[in-house]
Amino acid sequence: MLELDFMRMAFAAGSVVGLLAPAVGFFVVQRRMSLIGDGIGHTAFAGVAFGYLVGLSPVLTALVAAVGGAVAVEWLRARRGTAGDQALALLFYTGLAAGVVLVSAAGRFDAGLFAFLFGAILTVTTSDLVLVAVLGAVGLATIGLLYRALAGIALDEEGAHVAGVPVALLNVLLAALVGLTVAISMRIVGILLVAALMVLPVIAASRVARSMRASFLLALALGLASVWIGLTVSYYGNLAAGGAIVLVAAAFVLAATAAGSVTRGRVPAR
Amino acid sequence: MTPAIELHGVDYAYDGGPPVLRDACLTVEEGEFVAIAGPNGGGKTTLLRILLGLARPAAGTALLFGEPAHRFSRRATLGYLAQRSRLGTDAPATVREVVSAGRLAAGGLLGPLRAGDKAIVARAIADVGLEEKADAPLATLSGGQQQRAFIAKALAAEPSLLVLDEPTAGVDPGAQESLARLLERLHRERQVTVLYVSHEFGAVENVVRRLVLVRGGIVFDGPPSDLPGAWHDPSHVHA
Ligand SMILES: Nc1ncnc2c1ncn2[C@@H]1O[C@H](COP(=O)(O)OP(=O)(O)O)[C@@H](O)[C@H]1O
Ligand SMILES: [Mg+2]
Repeated sequence: MLELDFMRMAFAAGSVVGLLAPAVGFFVVQRRMSLIGDGIGHTAFAGVAFGYLVGLSPVLTALVAAVGGAVAVEWLRARRGTAGDQALALLFYTGLAAGVVLVSAAGRFDAGLFAFLFGAILTVTTSDLVLVAVLGAVGLATIGLLYRALAGIALDEEGAHVAGVPVALLNVLLAALVGLTVAISMRIVGILLVAALMVLPVIAASRVARSMRASFLLALALGLASVWIGLTVSYYGNLAAGGAIVLVAAAFVLAATAAGSVTRGRVPAR
Repeated sequence: MTPAIELHGVDYAYDGGPPVLRDACLTVEEGEFVAIAGPNGGGKTTLLRILLGLARPAAGTALLFGEPAHRFSRRATLGYLAQRSRLGTDAPATVREVVSAGRLAAGGLLGPLRAGDKAIVARAIADVGLEEKADAPLATLSGGQQQRAFIAKALAAEPSLLVLDEPTAGVDPGAQESLARLLERLHRERQVTVLYVSHEFGAVENVVRRLVLVRGGIVFDGPPSDLPGAWHDPSHVHA
């Protein structure tokens, strides 16, 4: 299958997303904000619709909407403390409703929209791939540079605050990375499923790993494996790629849960 | 010498709530070892948050080493163990990973930890007697061992001020005693100023020379031997 141009493109773009989504998702899950990717996906949808309406590149407008939405949620969460949940709900529904209204205004309830909602990895073009690769590399490099800081905040946010770590700034940066990830993953797994690829490999990894670093690296490996296996299955079975990828990731969670309960039995519980 | 901590006439209330602290005054010199006790809800945690600059008093001033606490410029030298510290993560962090997080501000935010910082982390782990467990996931340790790991995390900052909020809560009495002895030894060896909140302060009574009782303000400040007899159990303070 790799002799086919479009499959090579799909694997290349998918690999970037398979690494970036769990890398960003790792810190989101540790902060118990697993559903933020979903909310951001809905603002990205509004961005796509706005792009249609005014004739700009939907990926670009989605990028702006997703990053802006993510930063807004983080700002609301930090300002309003416990209302993070409600801030997310507001974003989620406003984004979805605005998206639907804008799409109808643009008269674009069509296959192109479908591609953004559910992914259209087999139609990835060279310019898509370049965008995914460049933004993905920026995202991964940022995570690599800030791994220790983000992990430290995940472990003990208040302690980091007392020590003078710029917690608020790093939280906003993480939110922006969530937005970036949603925007570039959209063409691969689709707006409705991108959050799954941010969260499921991380959950699977945390079930079996014995350290935070091992958990992080395993999550990346599982994200990559989900994309590769999912794409292969979808190619030979003629199935929707985004759905196949996420189902593989979900299977990893089940397998890791089973394996984890076996290994955990030997460890003294706390 | 500038005191490590100065609170002058501090009042505090949470949004729309009743006053939690009234006219609290406290001065702690560098190198002191002070235990803070008092009933649940007495305002101990609130007092710590104010003196660390995490909360601003409604009235009065809070100084850290002579600077306004909320604008303190050498935060990397503060070691803080929050109440009921537990990991804010589901990832299986090891003791070394937790303690390394305490080196975050002092060791720089970007890139991997440098060799010198790793040595400081290793020393902090050794200081609390967890060398053998250094690479074990925290969840596999006993409650007392986990508290030791969190104390090591605070130590990794090589702090000039170590503030611990109920580090012995939920730990069995034997482990409480040994934690108190550990803190006293660290205070002596590292010459660090220690502020130690203990709900059950029986364990520190023999260790500290100064005890502060907090109950809506500071109701006692002096050597434990000066405590009125009826006050000896801080959970039954009737001020
Ligand atoms: N975040 C908060 N919002 C509102 N009230 C609070 C908050 N934190 C503590 N309080 C109240 O302030 C009082 C003092 O609490 P605290 O400082 O935690 O006491 P202690 O640490 O001595 O148990 C209690 O009555 C408590 O209910
Ligand atoms: Mg308290």
